[in-house]
Amino acid sequence: MQFMSAITRDEVAHLARLSRLALHEDELDQLAAQLDVIISAVAKVQEVAKGDIPPTSHALPLTNVYRPDESRPGLSPDQALAGAPAVEDGRFRVPQILGEEE
Amino acid sequence: MAYDDALAKYEPVLGLETHVELGTRSKMFCSCATTFGAEPNTQVCPVCLALPGSLPVVNGTALESAIRLGLALNCSIASWCRFARKNYFYPDMPKNYQISQYDEPLCFDGHLDVVVDTPEGPREFRVEIERVHMEEDTGKTAHLGGATGRIHGAEYSIVDYNRAGIPLLEIVTKPIEHTGELAPLVARAYVTELRDLVRALGISDVRMEEGSLRCDVNVSLMPRGATEWGTRSETKNVNSLRSVERAVRYEIQRHAAVLDSGGRVVQETRHFQENTGGTVAGRSKEEAQDYRYFPDPDLVPVAPSAEWVEELRAGLPELPAAQRRRIKAEWNLSDEELRDLVNADAIGLVAATVDAGAPPAEARKWWLNELSRRATESEVELAALSITPAQVARVVELVAEGSLTNKLARQVIDGVLAGEGGPDEVVEARGLKVVNDDSALGAAVDQAIADNPDVAEKVRGGKIAAAGALVGAVMKATRGQADAGRARALILERLGVQG
Repeated sequence: MQFMSAITRDEVAHLARLSRLALHEDELDQLAAQLDVIISAVAKVQEVAKGDIPPTSHALPLTNVYRPDESRPGLSPDQALAGAPAVEDGRFRVPQILGEEE
Repeated sequence: MAYDDALAKYEPVLGLETHVELGTRSKMFCSCATTFGAEPNTQVCPVCLALPGSLPVVNGTALESAIRLGLALNCSIASWCRFARKNYFYPDMPKNYQISQYDEPLCFDGHLDVVVDTPEGPREFRVEIERVHMEEDTGKTAHLGGATGRIHGAEYSIVDYNRAGIPLLEIVTKPIEHTGELAPLVARAYVTELRDLVRALGISDVRMEEGSLRCDVNVSLMPRGATEWGTRSETKNVNSLRSVERAVRYEIQRHAAVLDSGGRVVQETRHFQENTGGTVAGRSKEEAQDYRYFPDPDLVPVAPSAEWVEELRAGLPELPAAQRRRIKAEWNLSDEELRDLVNADAIGLVAATVDAGAPPAEARKWWLNELSRRATESEVELAALSITPAQVARVVELVAEGSLTNKLARQVIDGVLAGEGGPDEVVEARGLKVVNDDSALGAAVDQAIADNPDVAEKVRGGKIAAAGALVGAVMKATRGQADAGRARALILERLGVQG
């Protein structure tokens, strides 16, 4: 069976933007082709799993796994902030989120 | 554009998205505490900080609360649904996604009836509910280094993740049409009714000032008689009932002015400005959002059994609309009296006071007059006053049995509000008992007669009305603690006249 291209170069560029990945033009060409092969290969599953087999989102056939509403101590602030690149006033300090006032 | 002119030409369509933070002890997907106002980053763990290898597990009580709200909103409950990841880059979630629900909400297709006061009397609107879904709250960011404290122009931001992961319900209405000029009032009535419903269910403390209930307001206009809706704006995080009303009103006027001048309304996110009552543009929707939702592979599906759902339905408490109908009938209230109770946000408090033994009329009087005034003075909601319905009922009881005058009762309420303890403790500590034992009172009466011989003479001569001056003297001598009726009787008895 002949598939249309499973993912376009424009879609790959869009996903790269959303994922904050700076890809060069030649990288886009290369990745679009590779992703197309990967997705087409995975899509072969659909040939076997027709309408009578629902898509699954979890490896185990489980539902309704809950925990009781009880609070437990977590990390201390020092532990919590230990991996932060920068800390200010007990909080995670992050770089500028948006640019100048529009 | 003037509001009336805008409504003469255009018909508004509303949509409301409300977020309710649940009052669970622990977070949605981990066991961190949820106390409001804790020191930053003291209620966090590997799960809500998204440390590698950590896995979320659903809080069963949060799920139960979500189903109960869905049932109270007359929704269908999904027999099977999943959580989805909403992916975005913003540091308020350390995972770079928020766990939410997408095309499989837990509750869907419900409605909530709300009542709006019009000059022609109360009018009911049915607000259709599209869905109620579960998600998690985000962390708190502060933007520093800029002139305004806003995100634009800030040099950097700091983040506290205590709030990240607190269970959140999002309640989304279907488009609300045919409200005309009542649109702002319908919006406000809906959020009020939803808040009261959540409170009646006991699933959240719904403190709007602490952000545990937040509203996004969608407004669009179409020319009167048109059938195709206009472009909508979405005003974010409107955080008081009054602001909901003002935001809708402002957006109607703003849209009308844009349309009237031949312009095009831009689909965008706007921010409500509490100080001006207006809105300002935020991110434009065009450049916006592609969240790439997909089912969260770390969580298994939620499949509440029909038996459990029916058990929860059977356990629902009396809901606010039913309570209003019952109370109106039981207490024989007019539309206006009921409206005053509802507008003062006092109905639940008065009902609880009656349950604690006070007669309805007395309970209403104290909450609507004295306590409403105190709440206004200290700029808090009535329910936030530090006096309980049971304590008010006790004050009413003390007045009824003659232990307190109204004036003394107000002093007792002062004491309770000041944190001096319950009514009986305040009476004891402040020495506020009415003086009505005849020996103590008798001395004051004798003194008053001796001090005012001419008044006493007039009373003896038959001018009974003059006795008021003597009662006043007794009250003064006892610093207001005398039982005035008893004092008057004693005075007349001493002076040998019949009351």
